Amino acid sequence: MKPAPFDYAVAGDLAEAARQLAEGSAKPVAGNQSLGPMMNLRLARPAQLIDITALAPLRAVEETAAFVRLGAAITHAEIEDGEVPDPTGGWLRSAAANIAYRAVRNRGTLGGSLCHADPAADWAIVMTGLGATAVIAGPEGERRLPLEDFITGPFKTALHDGEILIAVEVPRPGTGARWGYWKFAPQVGEFAKASATVLNDATRGIQRCAIGALGRRPLILDAPGSLIDGSRTPAEALRSALPDRPAETLALHLAALTRALETARAEESPSA
Amino acid sequence: MTRAPADSPEKATSTKGVGARLARREDDRYLRGRGRFIADIRLPGMLDMAFVRSPYAHARLRSVTKPPSGGEWVFTAADLEDVSGIRADSGLPGFRSSLQPILATDKVRHVGEPLAVCLAETRAAAEDLAELVDADFEELPAVHDMMRARDAETPLLHEHWDENVFLETAVDIGFEDAAAGAAVVVKRELRTARQCMAPIEGRGVVAVWDRSLELLTIHSATQMPHIVRTGLAGCLGLDHGQVRVVAPDVGGGFGYKGILLAEEVCAGWLAMKLDRPVRWIEDRREHLTGGANCREHAYTITAYAAADGELLAVDCEAIVDSGAYSSYPFSACLESAQVASILPGPYRMKGYRCRTWSVATNKPPILPFRGVARTGVCFAIELIIDAVARDLKMAPEAIRQRNLVTPEEMPFSNITKKDFDSGDYPEALRRAVEAIDVPGFRERQQRAQTGRKRLGVGLSIFCEQGAHGTSVYHGWGIPMVPGFEQATARLTPDGGLELRVGVQSHGQSLETTLAQIAYEETGIDPAKVKLVHGDTAYTPYSTGTWGSRCIVMAGGAVAAASAVLAQRIRNIAAHLMQAAPDSVVLSDGMARAGTSAVSIEEVARTWYLKPQLLPDDVDPRGLEATEGYKTVKDTGTFSYACHAVTVSVDLDLGHIELLDYVIVEDAGTMINPMVVDGQVLGGAAQGIGTALYEEMPFDSAGQPLASTLADYHLPVAADIPPIRILHMETPSPLSRFGQKGIGESGAIGPPAAIANAVNDALAALGVEVTEVPLTPERVLRAIHGAGMRETQP
Repeated sequence: MKPAPFDYAVAGDLAEAARQLAEGSAKPVAGNQSLGPMMNLRLARPAQLIDITALAPLRAVEETAAFVRLGAAITHAEIEDGEVPDPTGGWLRSAAANIAYRAVRNRGTLGGSLCHADPAADWAIVMTGLGATAVIAGPEGERRLPLEDFITGPFKTALHDGEILIAVEVPRPGTGARWGYWKFAPQVGEFAKASATVLNDATRGIQRCAIGALGRRPLILDAPGSLIDGSRTPAEALRSALPDRPAETLALHLAALTRALETARAEESPSA
Repeated sequence: MTRAPADSPEKATSTKGVGARLARREDDRYLRGRGRFIADIRLPGMLDMAFVRSPYAHARLRSVTKPPSGGEWVFTAADLEDVSGIRADSGLPGFRSSLQPILATDKVRHVGEPLAVCLAETRAAAEDLAELVDADFEELPAVHDMMRARDAETPLLHEHWDENVFLETAVDIGFEDAAAGAAVVVKRELRTARQCMAPIEGRGVVAVWDRSLELLTIHSATQMPHIVRTGLAGCLGLDHGQVRVVAPDVGGGFGYKGILLAEEVCAGWLAMKLDRPVRWIEDRREHLTGGANCREHAYTITAYAAADGELLAVDCEAIVDSGAYSSYPFSACLESAQVASILPGPYRMKGYRCRTWSVATNKPPILPFRGVARTGVCFAIELIIDAVARDLKMAPEAIRQRNLVTPEEMPFSNITKKDFDSGDYPEALRRAVEAIDVPGFRERQQRAQTGRKRLGVGLSIFCEQGAHGTSVYHGWGIPMVPGFEQATARLTPDGGLELRVGVQSHGQSLETTLAQIAYEETGIDPAKVKLVHGDTAYTPYSTGTWGSRCIVMAGGAVAAASAVLAQRIRNIAAHLMQAAPDSVVLSDGMARAGTSAVSIEEVARTWYLKPQLLPDDVDPRGLEATEGYKTVKDTGTFSYACHAVTVSVDLDLGHIELLDYVIVEDAGTMINPMVVDGQVLGGAAQGIGTALYEEMPFDSAGQPLASTLADYHLPVAADIPPIRILHMETPSPLSRFGQKGIGESGAIGPPAAIANAVNDALAALGVEVTEVPLTPERVLRAIHGAGMRETQP
């Protein structure tokens, strides 16, 4: 379990990183919590790693009235420990605190997790559920994508060659907004077997229910209001969204959605 | 016969000897990171090994081609001249013999089987080289399902056999007559999954050839250096005198380090061939894919009981998936031999019938994991007992009390002629039921009966035969039968004590507990006792550390050698004090007679450096003694325990939460209660792994599906509830201090207790689980009634 030979370079700035990555056989690396094991198993064999952990824009935090922009190389632990602002008043911190285990959180990054796009990962579902925006830098300049468009499939993103996810903009919830994130991981440190988020933000007129750990990109359910007000059952919603999946394979997801809805109902708004 | 369990371990009067909660002498170096494990050994010129392993479960190996560049550092079976494969033949009649090649020759029989070895300055470079080796296979259908291994159309692993069975056994003790009178007959099919033992440190070996001494030194992460030496010398055609095996600090064993590995033989051969040190450090991926596996049993068990719950007879058919080869030294059939003989456990019954099959499959060879077959048979008998109880509407504790051996019957020979030495099983059960508060829990359970989280309580009670000796293992047919255990006690010139034992301590705390035993005999402070172990050059021959034998066997040997040494110390001291030898008492490093005293250090100095002061009739063998030890009878000590657990089962998730866990444990006389607690807790954590998490599934091509720790789920700290251990202390009449082997006990009880608790929780729904691990998927399948027998994905 030793990686195949590879070169390693620390990028001096974003432009240099982009140039190195454009050569094609290099891969960007930050916390190395997913790529590292894949390389050790020789399932990933990049010729070169470009370490982007220390790039200034990836470490930056910017606060506006509408959102907090978190650099992509901010670690799960920094979010967990409140070392960066949490626009949601604690939802991010609580999600971060339950990612894998502390050793992973110390090194693993927000951006790295989103770019790895493991369907069962926390940030993929949480950031999609919160309606966050991916900020991408590339040869053509900067572009923005809603998270649901950033993750395009299992372990797939909309990043083009030479592009780097540099930050995530997390919108500030409105007064009285409610949130539920519920995941089922039978053991500490495991990826979720099922997960769901519910956002009920009346002030901003946003409601969103999302399902994770489906082996695909997060699923955003239609007509979230009917789930939140109880006029449609979670079972109906899942059945109509995933008609091809046998009911028994959705049992855990059903439980996750049900419990996320319950959590959101019980949740006190952070900004209330 | 000794009886009457004492209430508390705190009765110990000594602060350093038998019964003392002495802090572990090992901890200082381990906690400061000063242990020296196999991967810490660095030698000049040492090369790293990497194996090319079979990607197929079953295939003909047509050719192995070395790369054009670097091929001189690649070795295949064709290169291994004068090296024999590994053979471990059971002595039981009908055993079919397998030969495990050191490197594959014409066929591979499991994924991960080594077929070439590559050497380089670093492991990474050796892996680079391994990628360039080309092997040509003709894939064959894999035998992946032990239930179908005996089918006529299933291909043969070993083509000179007539069926894929290492051994079939049958025992029938008055079964038909006893079963005839049964009011209820309850039958279940039960399974335990294949597991991979997972000590924190994997296997590893560093081999060094000394050409001037013609001595091959094998540093190996092993539990049994002497047995490795014997096996290795045989495979390499060396005299025993040409092989020294050293076990450095070893990071856990559990049985995984109790076998001779093809990789060790290979390393030994390479060190001699190249005249350079070589090493192989197993990584977790090769461990999980090609390394040892264990625990996979299937039981069809039927209980016959009277209307009042009296157990009349048990009928069982058990299949053990023994994998591809019979591994050295335990053979492919230890588990099935155990199954047949220990299934009845501490229960009285009039009739018993058991047939077993140790079947060969395209999986790594089965190895005895902590508890060995006891974990499986405890699961089988305890689940069927609960099923009978449900059928008769009896409480689980009531049916057990009805059938458990009583203290009045001790010593007790059960239906399979297992000789229980001592103990009060009904009392252990009673204390467990009381501690977990079954009556109070029943009320809570009732209140939860309509919710989505159901509550249940489960029990398991079992014995752990330990330190069993010659007659038992000869009867089980294993190629390595233990006899006398020896120890050497040597007083050093400064009054310190050196103990030399052939067993090896890798978590058993023997550096502490054996020092406590020596203190008991010599009065020498444990801080001045040095345990020499894990090195064939320094220690008496021993079969090693396994079978919960060390504290009884090595402990007995240390006591015997220390007692002889103590007498010689007393004799010299008596002369120095001009006192009568039988008036001399040893304590706290001093020899005292009346008001006179002389230090043991002074006695030592006199023997070694001032012999002019010795008495004329001094024993010329001096202050060093080697003594052998066997228990009064070699049928083993029987420690026992009752596990009681309460759980909640989430009906939507199939998730099981352990709410409370009690273990009532009788280890006989405890040499060090803290060490006993540690053994029980560690074992229980592994038992919880068996119950809830650990599973090595194989697909229909024989591919292992949990080849990293992301897929092979081990219990972690957060999964282990606070476990309350209550001690009983019924001395064994067979051992030196009344101590009993306890090393495996914790790992035996949890699967049965937890599955019984889950079944208790789900009983109102008419749902029963029959397989471990109880993963959410498996529990949900049971709840949804979607087939409970499917284990192979």
